[in-house]
Amino acid sequence: MYKKRSFWLTVFSLVLFFLFIQYAQTHFDAYIIRIMNVAAIYVILGVSLNLINGFTGQFSLGHAGFMAIGAYTSALLYMSPELKAMNFFIKPLIWPLNEIQIPFLSALLAGGLLAACAGFLVGAPCMRVKGDYLAIVTYGFSEIIRVLFNNLQSITNGPLGLKGLPTYTNLWWSWGWAVFTVFFIKRLIDSSYGRALKAIRDNEEAAEAMGVNLFYHKTLAFVVGAFFAGIAGGLLGSLVMTIDPNAFNIMLTFQIVLIVLLGGLGSITGTVISGVMIAFLMEWLRIVETPMKIFGITIPGISGMRMLIFSLILMVAVLFFRHGILGDREFSWEALFSAFKKRHSTEGE
Amino acid sequence: MTWTLLLQHLANGVALGFVFGLVAIGYTLVYGVVKLVNFAHGDIFMMASFFVYYGIVLFSFPWWFSFVCAIFLTALLGISIEKVAYKPLRDAPRISSLCSAIGMSFLLENFATVVFGGRQKPFYQPQILSKTLDIGGVRIQLVTVVTILVSVAALLFLNYLVYRTRMGLAMRALAHDFDTARLMGINVDRTITFTFAVGSSLAAISAIFWALRYPQIWPFMGVFPGWRAFTAAIIGGIGSIKGAMTGGFLIGMISIMLVAFLPDLAGYRDAFIFMMLVLVLLFKPTGLFGEA
Repeated sequence: MYKKRSFWLTVFSLVLFFLFIQYAQTHFDAYIIRIMNVAAIYVILGVSLNLINGFTGQFSLGHAGFMAIGAYTSALLYMSPELKAMNFFIKPLIWPLNEIQIPFLSALLAGGLLAACAGFLVGAPCMRVKGDYLAIVTYGFSEIIRVLFNNLQSITNGPLGLKGLPTYTNLWWSWGWAVFTVFFIKRLIDSSYGRALKAIRDNEEAAEAMGVNLFYHKTLAFVVGAFFAGIAGGLLGSLVMTIDPNAFNIMLTFQIVLIVLLGGLGSITGTVISGVMIAFLMEWLRIVETPMKIFGITIPGISGMRMLIFSLILMVAVLFFRHGILGDREFSWEALFSAFKKRHSTEGE
Repeated sequence: MTWTLLLQHLANGVALGFVFGLVAIGYTLVYGVVKLVNFAHGDIFMMASFFVYYGIVLFSFPWWFSFVCAIFLTALLGISIEKVAYKPLRDAPRISSLCSAIGMSFLLENFATVVFGGRQKPFYQPQILSKTLDIGGVRIQLVTVVTILVSVAALLFLNYLVYRTRMGLAMRALAHDFDTARLMGINVDRTITFTFAVGSSLAAISAIFWALRYPQIWPFMGVFPGWRAFTAAIIGGIGSIKGAMTGGFLIGMISIMLVAFLPDLAGYRDAFIFMMLVLVLLFKPTGLFGEA
């Protein structure tokens, strides 16, 4: 009975949420809508990285690389041929890419799938490479992607990047994908696959002794994580309308790592909360970069201050709040109800 | 391609190899003793060059005095980073200290951007060092020669320090077995502090030579030398000084020779270096000289 109630409550809150999204899309300020879009993309990125780092315990720093693959693949597929011709004025784009144009959804999926293939390539060596070394190899991978995209001018337009991408991303796209990501990864975590992943995180040797196929499950985590990172990259490209290889650098990965850390390694709920929080915080922090007046003294805005505060938060989080907002706990309707009931019974006494 | 040109490239490659090697030793020492990838090492390298810059510009020190001051300050910086960011997490899971190291690197870069400014600054070039020597048609800058000489001296000193002193013995014991070393009465904190001081001052020395060679300094200048040096340390086998130097030479030579002989592929330089890293990790995870 409880299960049924939880199911209907989830459906009901999702309907409410999407009604809110519909309202926001039509009534909210463009600036707020933009931040909400970024928040959704952060949620997708955070949850997908949490699958690799938090649930499987494989420290990956390759997310920016997966995003770059997703962003470029989808952009090259959904841009119109005329737009491509305008962008590639130094070296023309190679055939078939210069003539085809496919709808946004299939372009996104293609980007995600290609990123998933890259995820397989990165995940496969993780049998031999562990811990710190894995972090280095995955970082190396994302740097190789950046260097390749900077140099393969006839495919990616090199350091000039792609400009004037059509804006397809709206709240429906971004939050739709975010909800789907959370749903998919939650289901994965609760399945037998998820238990195997957690077993690998807790003790690799023991998991192997119990018959968990290490190669299969680790690679699975990388492929799924990379797929959603690719989707997020595609959404981000269409949102900011311009992509270049150097935007997908290690700083971007650090931001996603911060989201995961703040939310709690191994907690999807925490990651969703911290993803939304960071998106709004980063915008709010822009205040410190604009000149302001306090008690009649004008303080000039210092550029870069935002990132300094951001990195201080990261350090404080790592040093003092090692378990993040929620640790590895998750939201559930039962817990919410039992919390209410407890309060009621104590009040009644 | 003439012989003189080849020799010239070779000299440059050797000098660059020493620079990478010295930074790589910093990574290797710290990893050997605390088993931590010090992601902030490249940014310590960057801070050293700014210390020199401000010593000359702000306090108008003579250049050699500014160099010496910078080396001391950098050692202090390395020690304080260890105290603030790594020591509290020594017993925490590895992933926490890894994140702390990444955060520290991020923090130093952003701190430098805010305090020193993001624009590139010219690095002071002493008149004496910018002379060019002509040895039988091979034209070598004096800086290159001095880099090699000072690096060799630093290496000899390091060798003495690690293999001939009690402190070096303590470092090696800690690298071998942390808990047993502690039981044997080794002061762990002091030894780790010392390790960070040595690693950071080596980074400062190489930062000075790097900046004399490429005289532009900015907050993100440490990122690539840092990563290449780290790659060098892994390729050579992390924890081994000999390995770090060998790796450094390899990376230095590749960096110079690829640009010299295959200029078309120069853009892919870092991709090559990282590919090499991945291959080494896949087929010989302990590196060339590393112990299992």
